[in-house]
Amino acid sequence: MGLASNSPLEHEKLVEGIIKELQDLPGALLPILHRLQDELGFIPPALLPVIATGLNLSRAEVHGVVSFYHYFRSSPPGRNTIQICRAESCQAMGSRALEAHAQRALRCKFNQTSADGEFTLLAVYCLGNCACSPAVRVGDEIYGHVDAAKFDSLVAALSTSEVEVK
Amino acid sequence: MTAALTKIYIPRDTTACSLGADRVAAVIQRHIEKNHLPLEIVRNGSRGLYWLEPMLELETEQGRVACGPITPDQVDEFMAAASWRNIDKHPLYLGLTEDIDYLKRQQRLTFARVGVIAPTCLEDYCQHGGFAGLRTALAMKPQAIVSCITDSGLRGRGGAAFPTGIKWQTVLDTASAQKYIVCNADEGDSGTYSDRMIMESDPFSLLEGMIIAALAVGADRGYIYLREEYPLAEEVLNRAIEVAYANGYLGGAIAGSKFSFDLELRLGAGAYICGEETSMLESLEGKRGEVRSKPPLPAISGLFGQPTVVNNVISLATVPIILARGAEHYQRYGAGRCRGTLPFQLAGNIKYAGLVELAFGYSLRDLLEDFGGGTRSGRPMRAVQVGGPLGAYLPESQWDTALDYEAFIEIDAVLGHGGVVAFDDTVDMSEQARFSMEFCAIESCGKCTPCRIGSVRGVELIDKICAGKAPAQNSILLEDLCYTMANASLCAMGGMTPIPVRSALEHFAEDFEVATGPASRPSPQA
Repeated sequence: MGLASNSPLEHEKLVEGIIKELQDLPGALLPILHRLQDELGFIPPALLPVIATGLNLSRAEVHGVVSFYHYFRSSPPGRNTIQICRAESCQAMGSRALEAHAQRALRCKFNQTSADGEFTLLAVYCLGNCACSPAVRVGDEIYGHVDAAKFDSLVAALSTSEVEVK
Repeated sequence: MTAALTKIYIPRDTTACSLGADRVAAVIQRHIEKNHLPLEIVRNGSRGLYWLEPMLELETEQGRVACGPITPDQVDEFMAAASWRNIDKHPLYLGLTEDIDYLKRQQRLTFARVGVIAPTCLEDYCQHGGFAGLRTALAMKPQAIVSCITDSGLRGRGGAAFPTGIKWQTVLDTASAQKYIVCNADEGDSGTYSDRMIMESDPFSLLEGMIIAALAVGADRGYIYLREEYPLAEEVLNRAIEVAYANGYLGGAIAGSKFSFDLELRLGAGAYICGEETSMLESLEGKRGEVRSKPPLPAISGLFGQPTVVNNVISLATVPIILARGAEHYQRYGAGRCRGTLPFQLAGNIKYAGLVELAFGYSLRDLLEDFGGGTRSGRPMRAVQVGGPLGAYLPESQWDTALDYEAFIEIDAVLGHGGVVAFDDTVDMSEQARFSMEFCAIESCGKCTPCRIGSVRGVELIDKICAGKAPAQNSILLEDLCYTMANASLCAMGGMTPIPVRSALEHFAEDFEVATGPASRPSPQA
């Protein structure tokens, strides 16, 4: 996530720069959305008309793409994004229990952010770490053999505020 | 005094790093700097012996020797005791890497260099046979290259097992000023990681395969569509592409020839359906990943409406060795209509999880027992799902089936991309069947009603059956729904979701009965 400021004007400037740089790529929409989310952590809905104009698409087409892909989000995530793999290999090693534990520990459900804004919890379907299930991803780091205790120590290490982890 | 440095290999691979390989490397680096040790760290890929990761290798006069697993907690002591000087005395010493039984019993063709070389070191790649296939191909006519692939018997390793040579032939025979090579690197099936390993550990082999494909069909532009969930593969591939451009293997005048080929990496965005080739093409074009009707085949009208070769990572990474050693050499491996090798991936509840590249024809039991060594939990193994989330759950009575595309079809199962996920006896198969439907509901592109709505109804029906609500009637409805999904969906998502569901119902019917449901099963903690 970049450090771009949060003012709508800054956002608009940012997306215009990204469009200018990438619009000539064949099939430019996904690369543009990726870059924007890399910078801001999400795709502000207010920017969709700007992207649509830049690529000569309708606003509905851009919205359709943003909403189709699980990865693109329309609201800012918490300070850390934790993804827990819910797919079969991880199920075979106890990910159902891990999912339940994580939601209890962070006091939020999948696709929600903890009350202190520290953690956004997401489901993911395979991280390719199936030889060491269950797998968890935080940012670009992937962790293997994650059980409740390992999850708690991971969360504790990432917390800036004092979070009571049960 | 500049004594020769001894190389110490520490894998840089997602799974090795998920077990602490980066921290191990950092500690060793600290010791080297602090004590001026005559050691040089090489970050290789992983050999795929994952229960031994982080596995260190040391260069010796006899060859590379291995030691592992060396966890981050152990590495300080390992270095302080100078264990690397007498590594053969270390309790975790494994002997010559090449002689480790698990590796020795494999037939590594596609994975010959994986874990051996430093992934983005071009010199290392060339010293280990890299670009030999491309050199052969550059001296051949396009038709001869296509014929070589056809004769090798290579079939699409993404799971559909369509003959690669026939696909290439169609693209070669379709006249067009613009053709594309697209690599499908959207490896979304749970239990599979062989594409990831190639991309992280031997990315040039994929690039070489794509360049040869381009030469064969007359394409000058290619894309790798990589899933967003593979950040390390993204970094390594981008670096490999950069190195290939800088050294004349991409761009104009490839390897001194008149031929040019440009390659770009594109990222997916967390949609499983984009592993379906037409959905992936839509996504590359910047649209929603909705499945297209076929025909037209992508080979005739693919990316941006142009003739396009769409191949999986493993198919493309296997092309160089076929060209280098000849179709006949590759053809000699395998059985029946399945020629060559398939990299199997052992996953889930299995003791020795890892990558096992074998010629077709071994039995599933050989793989589970001889390589896998039973479950990781130590409990009896009860079910095995082969071929990803759309593959069947197999009970023990079917484990003697040969690992062969046709043999699996015969038992209503699929070999797919070679993922093998083991479950012990704590598994509740009704939960697994329910998840198959739930996953389809989450990941359906929405185009076909049986897939989009049927999957939601499927979850509801399984819930009713397991709750004892008119189980007989609802089972008939569920079978009817499976029939509709299997026959009235455009692609494999809706079409194959019934496979795991039906296999669970057929072979593990007791898990769907209220009286003998999960409550009577051993609990995971027991």
